[in-house]
Amino acid sequence: MTINPDLQGRSYPAAEVYDVGREKIREFARAVKATHPAHFDVAAAEALGHSDLVAPPTFAIIVAQRADAQLIEDPDSGIDFSRVVHADQRFTHHRPIIAGDRLVAELHVDGVRAMGGGAMITTRSEIFALASGDATEAAGVREPVATTTSSILVRGEGQ
Amino acid sequence: MSINITELSVGQDIGSRSITVTRTDLVKYAGASGDFNPIHWNEAFATGVGLPGVIAHGMFTMGAAVQLVTDWAGDPAAVVDFQTRFTKPVPVADTTGTPDAGAVIEVSGAIGALDADAGTARVDLTVLSSAQKVLVKAQAVVRLA
Repeated sequence: MTINPDLQGRSYPAAEVYDVGREKIREFARAVKATHPAHFDVAAAEALGHSDLVAPPTFAIIVAQRADAQLIEDPDSGIDFSRVVHADQRFTHHRPIIAGDRLVAELHVDGVRAMGGGAMITTRSEIFALASGDATEAAGVREPVATTTSSILVRGEGQ
Repeated sequence: MSINITELSVGQDIGSRSITVTRTDLVKYAGASGDFNPIHWNEAFATGVGLPGVIAHGMFTMGAAVQLVTDWAGDPAAVVDFQTRFTKPVPVADTTGTPDAGAVIEVSGAIGALDADAGTARVDLTVLSSAQKVLVKAQAVVRLA
């Protein structure tokens, strides 16, 4: 199976909404061995000026990898998930992710480069928070929250 | 925030820590993140695709390593940018039922750059496991102002 070179430049629009819950922030924080009280205790987060619990710096990977799944699971992409190796990752936070955020991600395929029998694929997720309130949500008002970029190496046969 | 950028200098050490990793930690991370790739929890599958054994999620290592920076900064929201390359896998031995770690990740950080106009400091992390660099160009930008 080979990687479809036409993937480059492809975009997948924002799909399902990801609701950021307090318990998910706590669970993710424990999973990365974070102990900062702003992940666990609302009063501690408020004392730092946040309206609710603050997500750890790599929390956006949950939303970004859901967006990536649209590409990986696209039968047209030619990507075999069992041969995928994560090569690099970057998070740029326009503002912190806070419990109560309703996030959506737009996925962009920025690069596809053949490497041996495989390929290096670079994707970018633009993550937005939907504005609260029925009227603004219906109007599609959204605030940039984070940009994540990720390169995956899809190993070819024998690699 | 108590850190004053004028009191920092490039090359300054921000500290270090050791992170122990077990197979249970990888299962917890899989559940918390939604990344259920079996190379992170199934030995037969991992060796079948040519890996030395079950390996940690790169994102587990990245996410755990940045806690040094978060705690130094005093506010997780101060980390405005964080990037790394994943160079070597972190194999995690099966120590289930014993108190032993399956792997140990050693993290240390130093100030890599200061931008007084932006009010930011770049922290460069050195992340090792079994004396090998597992993350390269692991850099976190922290807003101090």
